[in-house]
Amino acid sequence: MAPLENLIVLEFCQYMSGPSAGLRLADLGATVIKIERPGTGEGGRQLAIKNLFAGDNSILFHTINRNKLSYSANLKDPQDLKKIKKLIQKADVLIHNFRPGVMEKLGLGFQDTLALNPRLIYGEITGYGKEGKWKFKPGQDLLLQSISGLSWLSGNKNDPPVPFGLSIADYICGTHLVQGILSALIARAKTSQGMLVEVNLLSSLIDFQFEVITTHLNDGGRLPARASLGNAHAYLSAPYGVYATSDGHLAMAMEDLNYLTKTLDIPEISTLIQDGFANRDAIMAAIAGALKKQTTQHWLAIFEPADIWCAQVQNYHQFTAHPGYKAMQMEQEIVLPDGRKLTTTRCPIRIDGQIFNSPQPAPEVGGHNQKLDPTLL
Amino acid sequence: MNKPLNDILAVDFSQFLSGPSASLRLADLGARVIKIERPETGDISRHMYISDVQMNGASSVFHAINRNKESYAADLKNPEDLSKILALVHKADIVMHNFRPGVMERLGLDYETLKKINNNIIYGEISGYGTQGPWENKPGQDLLLQALSGMCFLSGNADMAPVPMGISLVDIATGGHLVQGLLACLVRRAVTGQGGLVQVSMLESACDLQFESLTCYYNDGHQLPQRTIKNNANPYLGAPYGIYKTADGYLSIAMTAVDKLGILIHCQKLTKYTDPAGWFTFREQIKAILSAHLLTQNTSHWLQLLEPADIWCAPVQSWRELLAEQSLHNTKMTQMVTMQDGYQFETTCCPIRLNGELLTSQKGTPALGQDNLRINSALLTDNAPEKAKNILNEVNKDVVNNVIKDV
Repeated sequence: MAPLENLIVLEFCQYMSGPSAGLRLADLGATVIKIERPGTGEGGRQLAIKNLFAGDNSILFHTINRNKLSYSANLKDPQDLKKIKKLIQKADVLIHNFRPGVMEKLGLGFQDTLALNPRLIYGEITGYGKEGKWKFKPGQDLLLQSISGLSWLSGNKNDPPVPFGLSIADYICGTHLVQGILSALIARAKTSQGMLVEVNLLSSLIDFQFEVITTHLNDGGRLPARASLGNAHAYLSAPYGVYATSDGHLAMAMEDLNYLTKTLDIPEISTLIQDGFANRDAIMAAIAGALKKQTTQHWLAIFEPADIWCAQVQNYHQFTAHPGYKAMQMEQEIVLPDGRKLTTTRCPIRIDGQIFNSPQPAPEVGGHNQKLDPTLL
Repeated sequence: MNKPLNDILAVDFSQFLSGPSASLRLADLGARVIKIERPETGDISRHMYISDVQMNGASSVFHAINRNKESYAADLKNPEDLSKILALVHKADIVMHNFRPGVMERLGLDYETLKKINNNIIYGEISGYGTQGPWENKPGQDLLLQALSGMCFLSGNADMAPVPMGISLVDIATGGHLVQGLLACLVRRAVTGQGGLVQVSMLESACDLQFESLTCYYNDGHQLPQRTIKNNANPYLGAPYGIYKTADGYLSIAMTAVDKLGILIHCQKLTKYTDPAGWFTFREQIKAILSAHLLTQNTSHWLQLLEPADIWCAPVQSWRELLAEQSLHNTKMTQMVTMQDGYQFETTCCPIRLNGELLTSQKGTPALGQDNLRINSALLTDNAPEKAKNILNEVNKDVVNNVIKDV
């Protein structure tokens, strides 16, 4: 049995952070109902990457909203609002990612909904929490990466700030919302009481940097220093980084520098390796000089049997063609209403040995009003 | 407040980051977490220094990851220690580990064995690459996962070599997924009473981190992600999405209408890009025009033009500027914790608030084995029910035999 079977989740969310949390709850067995404005639905339907669409909706929207139902309602219309309140009475969880104050204005704040359903778990994502000078600033991923200091960790010493090339704030914050909701459900099983769960993108990115911010708080407040070339972590010593070979790139993690000095025949660093952090740039430059003379496969054949932690830097062609990727069975197909199929990834969590797949595509706006009206209202 | 997991006992065999970051979250949500560590050396990350920062005899990383936990030192190959561990498992709600495949089986601490001792146990395991396939025995290390999974071609500009993301994000995502699975099983246990097995791997989590870009790749005729030549912030997004140099710093601008942006910042050349489809197609040209224009004024000048119009933009800050907000505006970003020997340090807090309250805890990092005596006397001496004791003896015999064979 999927662990969250029989739970009903109402998702008043758009774009990525909230809907990614709804997706995880759906994959773990919950019935997730998106509440959307009639006609256009949530904003993410039109937000495309590379202008890619499947029918009326972007492929991005399908990626984040598969395996969900949709109920359309105009929250400013009293009749529709009444129906939504009935749905709330039947639900276990409500999540939203509006800016502060929006749900309260609609009469759907935590206190309002608790009066309707004392067992409701109410999850809320904001950009920056409800205090501080940023509270009304848009909670958008790249802006959070910029404000949280995260963009000074990737790239090399002389590069400008380099953001993470995926929506990491949204992703991590969605993960935290799921954790908070599940723990509130565990508490509810003991107390029968609803609970307010609040997360925000800024706190999530601070938590994401907990190792390095804790270091910063205890090292006299120094700022991260990226390596000159091949930087992979501002705080780790040589050889941790990415190196060019004669035909590609090789990543090397923490290693025995004595071994590398001998194997790569670079005696000039033998006095430097006593301090792999202070002499990081010189050591990495010497290693880079040796590694670029041979192919990636040449080095892997030497290093892997010696249990040296290294890997080929692969692109998506190389990654998805690899038997190691195929063994993971990470892909699944969802079936669109017109019969077309779309390949996407599946839930990364296995429970009792079971993989959770679902062919159900993202819903059409209001696609389940008829089905939900008689059963839930 | 009564934290939601305040009656949960988690026995954690994991080390480094992925597993321990998961048990840290459980601890912050109220669980009692007992870290099982090998005598003398303990969790290897106690002495895996980043930079040159040592705090009270252990690395700053270890402190960040392992506050709010207890430590129990045990040699899992010593039958006497092992029998104590099994008695602890008998009392536990959660057992978790991140050993390479096969290690817990050889020790007799795998799910099937522990279920005989504690039928409702929830057992969480993290592997690098799952338990089958050619990578099974490859080390599950963050940078290697970033390298193998294609992730290094998402950040940085097109003229740069592959750029790893400068945080151990695969470890952190995997730990986050383990917490989700464990909590989902606790939700189920409250309904059905049954335990469960939760398995995550760094490889699956690395794919999930890239679920948007991988799905795009599967459906766009398998085109590789194309980072822009300059100001790349996401290879799949159109202009102006990126970070731009100004006269005195850096400014980030997210999705926004390019023509409207041109009007607001008085950049005539941008106003002709009125077709939204063109913002992706002509992103290199647009970014080149924009980056030249933004260099002419300070960050604050641009923010004053853009923020009132609700354009999605922000200054690029360092941690100093970020953390200054904490004292200026009384926002809570950090907490002080205290170790048993009185050593205090400042660290981050759990990012989740429940009923309006932050989940803080003053409990610092444990010294290796600091809780052995207390756990031995309080947890392991009371009278386990006779039946459980018999099962324990039975299992113990098998395990001890196995261990002897192994040695």
